[in-house]
Amino acid sequence: MDTNVKSKPTGKGIGSSLLRQEDERYLHGRGRFIGDIRMQGMLELAFLRSPLAHARINGIEKPADSAERVFTAQDLVGVSGIKADSGLPGFRSSIQPVLAATKVRHVGEPVVACLAESRARAEDLCELVSIDFDELPAVHDMTKARDADAPMVHDEWDENVFLESAVDIDFEASKAGAASVVKRTFKTARQCMAPIEGRGVVAVWDRHLEMLTIHSATQIPHIVRTGIAGCLGLDHGQVRIIAPDVGGGFGFKSQLLGEEICAGWLAMKLDRPIRWLEDRREHLSGSANCREHYYEVTGYAGADGELLAVDCEAIVDAGCYSTYPFSACLESAQVASILPGPYRLKGYRCKTWSVATNKPPILPYRGVARTGVCFAMEVLMDALARDLKITPEAIRRRNLVGPEAMPFTNITNKYFDSGDYPEALTRALDAIDIEATRAEQTNQIGDKRVGVGLSIFCEQGAHGTSVYHGWGIPMVPGFEQAGARLTPDGGLELRVGVHSHGQGLETTLAQIAYEEIGVDPAKVKLVHGDTAYTPYSTGTWGSRCIVMAGGAVGAASAALGDRIKHIAAHLLQAKAEDVTLQDGMAYAGTSSVSVEEVAKTWYLKPQLLPDDVDPRGLEVTEGYKTVQDTGTFSYACHAVKVSVDLKSGSVDLLDYVIVEDAGTMINPMIVDGQVHGGTVQGIGTALFEEMPFDQSGQPLASTLADYHLPVAGDIPPVRIFHMETPSPLSRFGQKGIGESGAIGPPGAIANAVNDALAPLGAEVGEIPLTPERVLDALAAATGEKSP
Amino acid sequence: MKAAAFDFDRADTLAEALVSETGDKPVAGNQSLGPMMNLRLVRARRLIDIATVPELRAIVETPEYVRFGAATTHAEVEDGETPDPTSGWMQAAASNIAHRAVRNRGTMGGSLAHADPAADWVIVLTGLEATVVVARPDGERRIRMADFMTGPYTTALGDNELLVAVEVPRPGPAARWGYWKFMRQVGEFAKASATVLIDPENGRHLCALGALGSPPVVLPDPLAIIERRVSAADVVPSALAGRPLQSFAMHIAALERALARALGEEEDGA
Repeated sequence: MDTNVKSKPTGKGIGSSLLRQEDERYLHGRGRFIGDIRMQGMLELAFLRSPLAHARINGIEKPADSAERVFTAQDLVGVSGIKADSGLPGFRSSIQPVLAATKVRHVGEPVVACLAESRARAEDLCELVSIDFDELPAVHDMTKARDADAPMVHDEWDENVFLESAVDIDFEASKAGAASVVKRTFKTARQCMAPIEGRGVVAVWDRHLEMLTIHSATQIPHIVRTGIAGCLGLDHGQVRIIAPDVGGGFGFKSQLLGEEICAGWLAMKLDRPIRWLEDRREHLSGSANCREHYYEVTGYAGADGELLAVDCEAIVDAGCYSTYPFSACLESAQVASILPGPYRLKGYRCKTWSVATNKPPILPYRGVARTGVCFAMEVLMDALARDLKITPEAIRRRNLVGPEAMPFTNITNKYFDSGDYPEALTRALDAIDIEATRAEQTNQIGDKRVGVGLSIFCEQGAHGTSVYHGWGIPMVPGFEQAGARLTPDGGLELRVGVHSHGQGLETTLAQIAYEEIGVDPAKVKLVHGDTAYTPYSTGTWGSRCIVMAGGAVGAASAALGDRIKHIAAHLLQAKAEDVTLQDGMAYAGTSSVSVEEVAKTWYLKPQLLPDDVDPRGLEVTEGYKTVQDTGTFSYACHAVKVSVDLKSGSVDLLDYVIVEDAGTMINPMIVDGQVHGGTVQGIGTALFEEMPFDQSGQPLASTLADYHLPVAGDIPPVRIFHMETPSPLSRFGQKGIGESGAIGPPGAIANAVNDALAPLGAEVGEIPLTPERVLDALAAATGEKSP
Repeated sequence: MKAAAFDFDRADTLAEALVSETGDKPVAGNQSLGPMMNLRLVRARRLIDIATVPELRAIVETPEYVRFGAATTHAEVEDGETPDPTSGWMQAAASNIAHRAVRNRGTMGGSLAHADPAADWVIVLTGLEATVVVARPDGERRIRMADFMTGPYTTALGDNELLVAVEVPRPGPAARWGYWKFMRQVGEFAKASATVLIDPENGRHLCALGALGSPPVVLPDPLAIIERRVSAADVVPSALAGRPLQSFAMHIAALERALARALGEEEDGA
């Protein structure tokens, strides 16, 4: 399969592991984050947030003499709440208030904005405000949200459901004759995505330009601009968003915040810069929620393991509001469409409910619904295999879409563009040495049991208009543009509307430009994160940048290269079609001129140019779309060996193997980095991360002492093996890989634990796999379920 | 969250450290108090930094015990900069407290006075039969570790009292020790812990359970446990009556493994 590998171990272009150009800045502490911005006259903003999950606000008492310092919803004249309606039929609409006015719907919801010269003083001011609440019963459990006697999160609704969906494709006919029918219940915990930097905003009103500039730690500056202009009633031309260095996003920073709208309004109202920096407690208890799914899944398989049908009822706990721009329904729509995974399937039925609860709104976290879906489907596959007494690899091999079938349109109309899924499985089995572990399992004594688990999945990335329109989200991505400008010294400025906050785009996009026109990546400057300088883009999310922004940079560089060649041709007395660009030089036959000289000629010595010169110059904006907008499908097989301590319930990861295919790798080192980082987060999902809520809707892990992120000591060596099957849909054959690592671990680790516990009759189906859950599963197997 | 405003003074003498009015709080490493003040769960009118008071930094050795000044840091014990009456047991325990950054500043006395039920020194010093030395305006008093912690985050310290030292008795040459704590992650507070002390020359046998959400529990009839006349599975449920099954399982495992360590039977580095 490696015959198509385009990667080159050295060099500067596509396929080289060029060191990241942005790291010099970061490693020397020269990054500029929201927390580094200070302006003259700036006030710090703190929010008094709801201590209750569900309550009516009877009144708010401000301290005396605080008119210019303390603001409530009543003060925010002309400000609209955030509305993110899904286009799917039956959607119930919610409005997320900038400051809660009549009712609070989750702990941590902003109610009062307080300003002072320092954050500590602003928090002092918060303590002087009193809010008179009438507490209401809270909806804290998604499986009870639809009960007839459940309190209504939104008074005007008749059921706590944003959206219900159902799909049935040949289900009844296909399940007939199944030799194995296995039903399982799965649950994934509510999690908090945790970039090192939280959210943050500095809002500045310019009286002269009548322009509101908002510096925001965001992945989606252009979408934030659209959202803020709408909520504040400003023209787009009056709003500029600058995303400076951003310390990680993972989806958390792809939402419009009430806090940034509030800061913007205050900056205009008071004509002073306003800064809000989210602290970790705000972040954990009231903001960064994600991932909470519940599944009841039944698999139907033939005696040889052939997957006949899958039936699923899935609930997604969407929290209380539909957030802008991804809405409350992205996850449930994804669940229904991607549950079949990389498998052939004859019949499929899936019902989903995106339910409302008194918790913070759910946000799309790296992997979005795929992490939960892969966990549910892959653990179900192993349960079927156990029931049929065949191996996990046998049932997968029987049902994976093979390379001969590519491109393949699956049962939910997903277009698998290319790849060899069974080969990824084979390589992963070899690398983890599954037979050695099986031999070890036949002779185990003491308190420890080893197990091996697999998960295999595909990741749709860079999918476009038709897919997102089908999922109903209010912001549908279209195409992507990039600007390319040759500077008078022969350097290259690239302008993109996506944002780079860990992805290494300042390097990979420069490599693409080098591949196209030979400008040294060290002389490429990537301009991004400023709506004033960059083409409109829906931003960085959905594993789309390397395909979409990469494609656009390729197109813009090529178009710029064409202009460079025409000027070079004149200087070389050659035909433009005979000119080639390489390593900063333009060649025609045996003669050459530097690209720098071409630039100097254009900008400073136009007298040397011919009369019929193309006056559009050395600056272009070009657009890009993929061959079709169904997305690239990267895929991976994860294989993990675990040791389970039967006495303490502790799960240790002994070995971790990933075989993945990102198509053509622009920078293999950065692909590895993406996969490593995602895998660590996936291990967090599998073993550690959980934001529990009590019956009154109180979040119980509001500091990092209680919310357990994976740390270095928890992570085994992760061995990554690449396959490289180019996508036929993208400019260079590259595939989006940004989320992949975070998708596979829960399924693989749960399968490994179940493999270890199978001889004891115990099985887990709820993540994270805490010691308590493992001990519960063991106790249940011996009939001693804890109270 | 930012702490509410407070004053800060540094004490140079024990007398200054003891002068405290309502709202004053002594602080040394600030590894627990600081975060709690930032969350505004704790407020102080004034913090008195006692980290460099000479009496609290002093180490006194006698034939019977080593007296550690309360401001001895975990890192100093870890690094062997202090004498270890237990020939390495304290050093090993210290080196597994939280993270090195916490150990650099956190102090033995601060940890005990804070009295987090899952903290290492709380169980380890109970298991070693240490004694806490408390200074008050009219003198000193001694409190056995087993009596010192009265509840989660509460101790026998009175209003005008300051924990100034910990006396750890020297075990005999044939003494054995086992400490096992269960953490899911490096640096985390323990979910379950246990100690076993076998000190035949001094006639001391002690088995204790920690990380209970309440003070450590010293188990009755330790010799029966050590001699394996009763099993951990027999002893723990009665000692922890009223608690959920899971905590039995983890504390049973903790006691078994602490015992295995003390008896030198430990397998596979559990």
